[in-house]
This record gives sequence, C-alpha cells and structure tokens, in this order.
Amino acid sequence: MLKQKLADLFIEPGCATNRAKSDSGRKAGCGKSLQPGAAAGGCAFDGAKIALQPITDAAHLVHGPIACEGNSWDSRHSASSGPQLYRTGFTTDLGEMEVIHGGERKLYRAIRAIAERYRPPAIFVYQTCVTAMIGDDVAKVCAVAAEKLGLPVIPVLAPGFVGSKNFGNKLAGETLLDHVIGTIEPETTTPTDFNLLGEYNVAGELWQVTPLFERLGLRLLASVSGDARYRQVAAAHRARVNMVVCSQALITLARKMEERYGIPYFEGSFYGIAETGSSLRQLARLLTERGAAADLPARTEALIAEEEARAALRLAPYKARLTGQRVLLYTGGVKSWSVVTALQELGMEVVSTSVRKSTEEDRARIKERMGEDAPMVETIAPREMYRMLKDGEADMLMSGGRTQFVALKARVPWLDINQERHAAYAGYDGMVALAAEIARSLDNPVWAQVRRPAPWEAGHGTC
Amino acid sequence: MGHAEVRAVKPVTINPLKMSAPLGGALAFMGLDRCLPLLHGAQGCTAFGLVLMVRHFREAIPFQTTALNEVQTILGGTDNLEQAILTIHGRAKPAVIGICSTGLVETRGEDIPGDLRLIRARHPELAGTALVFAPTPDFIGGLEQGWSRAVTAMIETLAEPALRCEPDRVNLLAGCQLTPGDIEELRELAEAFGLRLTVLPDLSGSLDGHVPEQYIATTFGGTTVEDIAGLGRARWTLAVGEHMRAPAEALEKRTGVPFVLFDRLTGLEPCDRLVTALAAISDAPVPARVRRQRSQLVDAMLDGHFHFGGRKIALAGEPDLLVALTCWFREMGAEIQVAVAPTASPALAALSGVAVTVGDLDDLERAAAGADLLVSHSHGRQAAARLGVPLFHAGFPQFDRLGAAHRRSVGYRGTRDLIFEIGNILMEQDDHAPAQAC
Repeated sequence: MLKQKLADLFIEPGCATNRAKSDSGRKAGCGKSLQPGAAAGGCAFDGAKIALQPITDAAHLVHGPIACEGNSWDSRHSASSGPQLYRTGFTTDLGEMEVIHGGERKLYRAIRAIAERYRPPAIFVYQTCVTAMIGDDVAKVCAVAAEKLGLPVIPVLAPGFVGSKNFGNKLAGETLLDHVIGTIEPETTTPTDFNLLGEYNVAGELWQVTPLFERLGLRLLASVSGDARYRQVAAAHRARVNMVVCSQALITLARKMEERYGIPYFEGSFYGIAETGSSLRQLARLLTERGAAADLPARTEALIAEEEARAALRLAPYKARLTGQRVLLYTGGVKSWSVVTALQELGMEVVSTSVRKSTEEDRARIKERMGEDAPMVETIAPREMYRMLKDGEADMLMSGGRTQFVALKARVPWLDINQERHAAYAGYDGMVALAAEIARSLDNPVWAQVRRPAPWEAGHGTC
Repeated sequence: MGHAEVRAVKPVTINPLKMSAPLGGALAFMGLDRCLPLLHGAQGCTAFGLVLMVRHFREAIPFQTTALNEVQTILGGTDNLEQAILTIHGRAKPAVIGICSTGLVETRGEDIPGDLRLIRARHPELAGTALVFAPTPDFIGGLEQGWSRAVTAMIETLAEPALRCEPDRVNLLAGCQLTPGDIEELRELAEAFGLRLTVLPDLSGSLDGHVPEQYIATTFGGTTVEDIAGLGRARWTLAVGEHMRAPAEALEKRTGVPFVLFDRLTGLEPCDRLVTALAAISDAPVPARVRRQRSQLVDAMLDGHFHFGGRKIALAGEPDLLVALTCWFREMGAEIQVAVAPTASPALAALSGVAVTVGDLDDLERAAAGADLLVSHSHGRQAAARLGVPLFHAGFPQFDRLGAAHRRSVGYRGTRDLIFEIGNILMEQDDHAPAQAC
C-alpha cells in the first residue's frame, strides 16, 4: 500500500518538477537520491510531522524508539491560539524486547492511555523506520483502536527511510486525504470559505494575514495546518478555493481536492508587498467565480491600495538604510523567489539565491524577478560560503539555522528565514517587521567590534 | 540501604526526558580533534541530533549520515557506509570518522565491524584515517550509554600500551554531564598540581565557542588520535561519572593504567576527595590558590544555606548528572521532592532515601506540584510554566539558553557558582512571599 502511494506521488501531475521530466525520469522517483556522507536535512517522518503537528488539539504519537520523538519534540515555533496538546511529546519509546517481539500491543495501550487521559478529538500515529522494519501493522492497530475507543486514530505511514522531509510533507497530505478531509461536515458554509494549504503559522505568521481576510469578509475554513483544529481540517472539503502557500509540498493535496471535491487552487505567497497583493487578488477572483459577492475584487483592490500606502510609509526609513545592501540568500523552494521579491522591494541586492528544493516554476519566477541571468545556484559548500562572506561578497546571509555559524564565524550578520525562526514576516506587517529586523541586524554595533583584531595582532589581522 | 527506585509503568512516554544513544555517541565524538561523527541510518537520525546540538552549543556541528533509503534498509547498508566514508574522507580529510549505529541498522543486524574491515581492505587510501565504531542502537539506553560506548570504542580502537609511564601524566575520562566549562575547571585544577592532563573526550577543545580564522569542515580542537594512543603513558586515570566506569576498565585492561572513579565532583566533600587524590598523585602540597578556592566555597555555603534549607526540589536528568545535583542539593539542606532519570543506572543507588523514578518529564510534572524549583534540560519548560515553578536548566539540551557550554558546576569554584546561581533563584522566591507584598 505504501509502495503504491510512493509510486503515485512520483508521477504527481500537479508537480512542476514532474511535468518537466520524461516518462522514465518520472518513474525514477522524486528528488535526487541522497548522497551518503554528504546529505543534509530531515527524513520523511520529520516532514510528515512538520505538516501535521500544527493541528493543535490532536495528540501526536510517535511509534518507535526514543530518537524519533525524544530528539525532536517541541522544537518548532508553530503557534497556537488555544489548545496546547500538540506540544506534548508522545512516544511508545520502544525498547529491545519490543523490537524483538513486536510493538503492536504497546502501541494499542499507548493510544488507549492517551484517549482516556486527554480525550483529544483525534490521535495521529506516526510509523518510524524501526516499526516499519519489524512489521508492526500500524494501520490495523489504528483501525481497531478507533473502533474500540470511538475517536479517529490516524496512521501516518512515513518511515524516515522512504525519503526526504519534503516527501514526508506529501505523505502527510495523502494521510489527510485518506483519513481526515471530508469526514466531518462544517456547521455552516459561506460563499467565501477557503483553505490555506502549507501554512504552518511559524512564529504566528498566519495571524499577520488573517486580519486581511477578516476585513474582506473571507472565512478561513481550514488552515492546513497552522493553528488548526482537527474538526476544521476534517471539514476542509467544503471550501470554495484552496491557496497553496508552500508551493511544492502540498500540491498533490490541492490537486486531489480539486479532483474529488471540485475545489480550484492556486499557488501564492505572503512574503513581500507585491506577492501579498497578488495572492489576495487571485483569492478574491477565484472566490467570486465560485459565488462570492461580485464586489469582492473591487473591495480587495481598495484594501490592497490602502495597505500598500500604509506599508510604504512605514518602510520608507528602512528602505533608505537598506538600499544597495547585498544579501546572500540560501534557502529553497518557494522562498527562493518569494523572499527575493521582498528583498528587492526593500532596495536590496540579492547576490545569489539557492534553488536546491525549487521547481522549474520556482526558477521561472526567479528569472521573472531577477532577469534571465539571475544568480541561481544549487548548493554552496560551506567552505565556499565562508569565503564569499569573509571576502565581503555579501553584507549578510539569510538562511536556515544550519548555515548560521558559517556567517557568524565569518563575522557577518545572519538572519533566520527558516521554520525554526522566532520572527514572523508574512503580509504587510510582516514585511515591515522583516525590514526592521534586517536593519537591526546590519546596524548592530557588535560587527565593528568583533572584526577589529586584538591590539597585539594589529597589522596582520584579517579584518 | 533503602534504594527506592521506581520504574514508571505506563505504555506511553509523555514528554520525553531521554535522548537517544546515537546522539550521546556522536556527542562524544565531537570531543575528538579533526573528527567527523557519522550516524549509520536514515538521514533524519542525523538531522534531529544535529539541530539539537547546534541549538545547544550555538556552533556548527559537522555530523554526517549514511542516508539509508528503503532499498538499502532491506538489502543492507554496507555500500552506503562505504560511500559515506569515502565521501567524507575526500571532502573533509578528518583524522577520525566516528561511526554510531542507529535503531535502523541494528534492527536489521548489520555486521558493521566486518563491513569496516572490508572497507579498509578495499581502500588503502584510508590508512591515515581512524575509523572508530560505537554500537548505539536507539532502543537500548540513552545519552549516557551512547556516550559511554563511544568512549569505550575510542579506547579499544586507538589506545596503546606504553613501555614507560610518565609520572606527571594523568588521564581524565569525562562523562557527558561535564560541560566544556567543567573540563576547563578540572584541567586548571590538575595543572595547579603540576600535572599534565589528557582529557577524553575533550569538548572544551572543540565546543567551547571560539572563532577560528578559517573554515574547517571537521571538529576543531579536542582530543587528538595521538593523545588517545598515548593514554597508556599516564600514571593514573580519573573517571568522572558511573557511566565512565566501562571506558576506564577498558583502558586499564588495554594499558594497565589504574583508575579512580568519582561519581560526582559537585560539592565540598567530593571536591576534597579529588584534591586529595591530585595531591597524592603529584606528591605535592595543595597549592595556596586551591586552598583559597575551597575557603570561598565554604563561605558560599555559609552565605547560601539560608536559601536552600527546607526548599523542595524536583529534578530530572541523565543518571550521573542527577546523582551529582541531587546529592549536592541535599548537602545544602534542600529536600528532594522527586528525582527522575530517563534510564536505569547503578549510579542511582547513591540516592538512598530519595523518591527516584525512571521515567519522563510527565512523571516529573505530576510529582512536582508545590515544589520550589524544577531542574531539567530545556524540555522541562512546559512543565515549569504549567506548574508556575521556576526552572533551572541543567543537562543536554539547553536550546533556550546562552552559554550552556560554559556553565560550570564542578570543583570548588563550580560548586560556589552553582550556589550563587540557584541561591539567587530561590532568594527571589523569598522576596515574592505574600508577607512582604508592598
């Protein structure tokens, strides 16, 4: 069953990467195979958990030895406006005897213990490498538990060895399609109901855009899955439009929801002034096509005009400071172009952007924004990145936590733009926050101090 | 001896306290110079551990993975191990590749030592690179066991018997409860007696947060391969923590160097034992500055005891850390409300009369209501917030604190600092007493 699922995902027609491949290329599978000794990044289990854990009122139980949950729990900043159960770490913490004799009984007892003590609306059960290998029938245990205990118990079959983090995101989408979406009817529906797919409310980013929706009278039926409640996700099939926020990961979910429920989708971003406006426009247009009030596009234009004017006023002082500053952007996927736009709007120069996890469409979007000779790179070896920064080829690095110290050890400012970050940069308010953060980082007085060699080394220091 | 250890009997671990054994093994390898730790498993095994270490030490962490996929999981990971070693050797030229197994390869039952022999035979170009393998299945033990197995593997692979002993040379086998700051403290103490200390593994060389002048793809600093080879020249080995007993025995067996085990080095009496031992080994009087440090600790105990007496403390941590802190809190007059260890250990026998649970942070939280202070790694923060009790961070990981590597709680000065740090937290509680509301 898992095997078929993997094969289906490899030939996903909604995925731009797949569309660009030959038939045989598609069958060969997603992504490059990982190079032992030079691979970086999370596994499929990690990806599945990232995508589902923001469902805040559900319990998330990891079936495996301690590493999978013990080394990873409560480490992301996907915020909740209410329930906190999603931040509780649950694991069967399998020992040697269970690896030998099987962990199904323990899994069932764990599910029952959680159901009895916490009474959550649902329990997600994550299979891991070891429990997949020893042949625990996680799906069966979940089915039995669901029936006996009277609550949804959802198997997430994404053991780490099946692929990358991104692939795990996709498997999470499949899980929602198979077990969650469409299982509950919403109490009411409106012509302006829509879903966000792939928005995880990192550092509260969702809340930077929800006021915009509210002012337009749009109802966010389900967020998949930032600050979500289980019942909202289960009723997501009644939305009129889906917006896919993180382009690659949940595209299959969007396409299958279109197939199954007739919900049209588009890909957009809330990073930057132009992208935010364009996303709101598309959302309004599609909703109007599906029965929302005819004046919605006009009202949306008015809102965009007002917000853009307000943002321009607030951004002006930062723009004066940031114009001409050079950024090395090291991220991937949707952020490789959406953040480019945001930085260009601040007058900054993007020295280089990495396209590690980007699709052909992502690349096309970069070219739209930076011209045909856009400085796209696949990966930059840390040693090279260190050299670029040390030699002053960029004024700062924007990336995720794992390259942080390449910049800091080169004594160059660094800003976190990946999902472990604590600051929110979405929508108009987020753009102002981003500008302020970049300026604060560049202007910090420590840079001049730490670059100055010790007095007794003056004359042959490197700075 | 009333040893009241209780194992939590519940089918689900809630809010894990335990870290995995491969993570402990890889952390130990971080204490070797020009080393690259390699986890043999799926890439997530490495990614999770790496993120934790980056956030704890705030340093680049050069972990690698053999990145097994589903085919290799079924057919065997030998080729991936070989490729990973060759790639790492080609790119980073490390002096040591420290290989830790994971639940994935141990479930399949791979013969990794056999694989390594074959890889060596096929690739003479690897002659200058030490390959050290530590068996660390995720489903056996936790951080301490992984660390202990890795240190034992370093000794068994690299230590050599010596023809002659150098009388001023002493080995320190450092347990994972010791921070880089702790190791620096112990080194200074030994050097005060004119002794030369070789520390294994030495996180104070690699993870003490310094800024090198060039990019380095491996660890920079730590115990060298030559240091390990020369462990046999020492007169004595000092081992810190019960989980260092196995490595100390392995070293004694291999090189004949006898060892003294210190279950802990926090508190006046354990420090006195260490200083007495150093004086005996060096055959030197206790230097004036060490006497002065002892006097400062005594004074800190006098000043601080008011704030500890009768206070209720709830602790959770790896066994040897737990033993060190629990014993010390009792010696300061505090009451132990509950002590939780993630795994069983013979070390816990030292906690007679204390309610010890082998369990998780949920067990801590449920038993800690009404306590004056919680002690655990960063994951205790949710429990502390729910209970409204202050949290003192101790152990690994501390991802929401700066300077975790430099915190020091051993030796006279480390214990003195700990009294001040925790005493201040407890004193703040006093000031918030309702009677003094202004």
